[in-house]
Amino acid sequence: MSPVIPIQSVSKGCADAPVLKERGQREVFCGLTGIIWLHRKIQDAFFLVVGSRTCAHLIQSAAGVMIFAEPRFATAIIDERDLAGLADCNEELDRVVTRLIERRPEIKLLFLVGSCPSEVIKLDLSRAASRLSGRFSPDVRVLNYSGSGIETTFTQGEDACLASLVPVLPPSAASAPASLMVVGALADVVEDQFARLFKQLGIGPVQFFPPRQANEMPAVGPNTVFLLAQPFLADTAVALEARGATRLPAPFPLGVEGTSAWLQAAASAFGVDAATFEAATAPARDRATSAVARQRTQLAGKSIFFFPDSQLEIPLARFLSRELGMTLAEVGTPYLHRQHMAEELALLPEGTFLSEGQHVENQLDRCRAAQPDIVVCGLGLANPLEAEGLTTKWAIELVFTPIQGYEQAADLAELFSRPLVRRLRLAA
Amino acid sequence: MQLTLWTYEGPPHVGAMRIATAMKDVHYVLHAPQGDTYADLLFTMIERNAKRPPVTYTTFQARDLGGDTAELFKNAAREAYARFKPQAMMVGSSCTAELIQDDPGGLCKALDLPVPVVALELPSYQRKENWGASETFYQMVRNLADTSVKRAPREAGQRARCNILGPAALGFRHRDDLREISGLLREMGVDINVTAPLGASPADMARLGDADFNVVLYPEIANVAAGWLKRTFGQPSTRTVPIGSGATRDFIAEVAELAGVDPTAVLANAEARAPWYAKSVDSTYLTSKRVFVFGDATHVVAAARIAAQEMGFTVVGLGTYSREFAREVREAAALYGVEALISDDYLEVEARIAELQPELVLGSQMERHIAKRLGVPCAVISAPVHVQDFPARYSPQMGFEGANVLFDTWVHPLMMGLEEHLIGMFRGDAEFHEDAAPSHLGGAVTPKTVMAAQPVQPETVVVPVEQAAANETLTPQEATWGLDAEKELRKIPFFVRGKAKRNTERFAIDRGVSLITVETLYDAKAHYGR
Repeated sequence: MSPVIPIQSVSKGCADAPVLKERGQREVFCGLTGIIWLHRKIQDAFFLVVGSRTCAHLIQSAAGVMIFAEPRFATAIIDERDLAGLADCNEELDRVVTRLIERRPEIKLLFLVGSCPSEVIKLDLSRAASRLSGRFSPDVRVLNYSGSGIETTFTQGEDACLASLVPVLPPSAASAPASLMVVGALADVVEDQFARLFKQLGIGPVQFFPPRQANEMPAVGPNTVFLLAQPFLADTAVALEARGATRLPAPFPLGVEGTSAWLQAAASAFGVDAATFEAATAPARDRATSAVARQRTQLAGKSIFFFPDSQLEIPLARFLSRELGMTLAEVGTPYLHRQHMAEELALLPEGTFLSEGQHVENQLDRCRAAQPDIVVCGLGLANPLEAEGLTTKWAIELVFTPIQGYEQAADLAELFSRPLVRRLRLAA
Repeated sequence: MQLTLWTYEGPPHVGAMRIATAMKDVHYVLHAPQGDTYADLLFTMIERNAKRPPVTYTTFQARDLGGDTAELFKNAAREAYARFKPQAMMVGSSCTAELIQDDPGGLCKALDLPVPVVALELPSYQRKENWGASETFYQMVRNLADTSVKRAPREAGQRARCNILGPAALGFRHRDDLREISGLLREMGVDINVTAPLGASPADMARLGDADFNVVLYPEIANVAAGWLKRTFGQPSTRTVPIGSGATRDFIAEVAELAGVDPTAVLANAEARAPWYAKSVDSTYLTSKRVFVFGDATHVVAAARIAAQEMGFTVVGLGTYSREFAREVREAAALYGVEALISDDYLEVEARIAELQPELVLGSQMERHIAKRLGVPCAVISAPVHVQDFPARYSPQMGFEGANVLFDTWVHPLMMGLEEHLIGMFRGDAEFHEDAAPSHLGGAVTPKTVMAAQPVQPETVVVPVEQAAANETLTPQEATWGLDAEKELRKIPFFVRGKAKRNTERFAIDRGVSLITVETLYDAKAHYGR
């Protein structure tokens, strides 16, 4: 009998794909930048960076220099006296925090955020946080996390912040029924849409973490199952699991396919039948599908190159490849979490060139050689690449725009088609 | 530790980047943790540079701190030299790298690169951006200028040559000031030897000694380097910064003296519309408008002079965040009889502006935000900057065209003369009233809600005669406004109301009057004479 050679009809995606690991200059923000959106999300929280003038300068430059005259973040700048031991850092910190809380009585939650300098000098912010929490309770709770560049890359700042909140989340009652937690800061409008969908699916109670107010912290316990709404929350997931919660593996809710799979993971966990799922999701899914289809004309067949930035690169690449027909020249990500990315990797086209970490000069060489139709990169690289004739899409807009869910799927696609359309218009 | 909401200057290594980015064929290797690359955005986004700043960062992370960060630095420097082949390199540390004490200068010596390597020592916990720029420029000049150049003293009839020092990357209108002053110098018959740092390569810097004198456009950046050039090559420097019509004329006179040229033609040909516009009858309403000036020392001192002598404004306050130039700013403040505010705490600046209630704020983007919040017109005259301060159009602050630009810029936010008059005459208009923004600035018109006729309230506090006598011994620290007086105050045009309110309160407190009445208001008005 001749051997039958099975035909590989199902793609394995990139589950086992090789990944180029690079070490060199990383052209990415540190985790302090997370403060820019977190301070808007949690409306009565204040973020006090303990760092240098570089930290203060970074946040105001990244935030666009004073959009709001007295925002809910600040930096306690370490100076020579603190370093020389002439001033006691802890006393200085207490003085600064006291002055801050006097000025801002509406603050309920204060984060002491560690920076590169505070870590190199081994300033123990967790002790400072307990001490100050004791002093100012019950009005203000003081926590700490590190947003330093030596520990965190860009969106990992949110991970560190949320992970610091998990230990103080109230425990759910022993007899509590199953509840769903959605983890990751989302635009308010996206949260509201998901809340409505979960309600229509009959899934509840549903809580969003982080909440919009410090006193609305969700409860957590063995009855909690959680969905990650963002792909950069490794430490937060581990912390939630340590509190007994269970992660629901799923792709991320980007695009029609991603959103459906993500919602399906919750539906399966809560025993929602297929008919109910279809009825609840079909209207939004169908209109999203037509809206996204209209963007295909601009994007199908075009190539895209991702520089590492937010860890959103792989789910975005998956969406653009599968729903918009784009080809992937390179997908670079600062850190590839094999477990949390498993479902996404399986959906990527086989043979996709993946890179983790960065050596920016080598990567720029590859990018110029590839001459992709669109380059997704940071603002330090965008204008120079535009001046070289490449079309770019600035990466951090993807963190500052509602992009998740059915209603935003076409908006997400449009963020990529807009630079191409612009080039066509200006060429005339 | 200093609680900081907003910082007027960046850290000193950003100043060093401003010099490296301004120059050509130079590369800066910066030992820094991941995240410090945010600084690239300042140049590619705010200044819209088409090229990345010529900086390589080591971007070390936690895992590197356990290992050999010195090796990391050497590799970065070696690779950067091989890839970019600069004529000279700068090396240094940002604030965090300073703490791990790797000594970038020493490490580079070990690499034995075939180009000059300038090691920068920029104490990040003591100094700031402008100092960093100044120190870096000085070190580059010191290390690159060819001291064997011996220029013979200029003979009579020989054209003079000057260097232009100071214009850098991310400077407030440096690009356009340079064009304006270069043109002016050439028109005067002066040749330009080297402009540095903007556009200068190390090979150009080597030729610095080949000039007769130096034009220092930005003292914050170039004074120290100019001092060294004086000691080394005997080159005198200009002292006048040519911002404003008067200062430009003084500058021309100073250059004419140094270069041995006749300035008559240049002065006669000047396309100086600003002085005529300031004299024209439509500008009469600008007289004595109260202005507050804040920013870097150079621009503050110049702006205060223009405000007082060329616009007819009254300078009611001024200050700077540049402590290094506190003396110069205090001297300027004395000219206007005000106390200088030397502070980099923007909350202090905000408090001063709120207290003074000026009619116009001339400051940086920080003060623009303060003014917006307080509802005071404002124009930006200095760094800290934003993308708006790098306009596509030609927009110098220096020279005769600069004076024209300043006139337009400062007058634009103010309500126009006739509009002011009409509002003063016909109050109570639902659309055009004292709380509405000047109508040429657009935005939604805020209609005043029509108030129902209110019954006249008798004054609620009647101080009995006996008690009044007893009260005379207690001088009140505060004076409260009676309702009638408050209503009367509202009739005063909004653009002087703040001042009238303050004067009346001061008058009342000085006279031990605890309740301000309509009479108090007019007594104060007569007393202060406006």
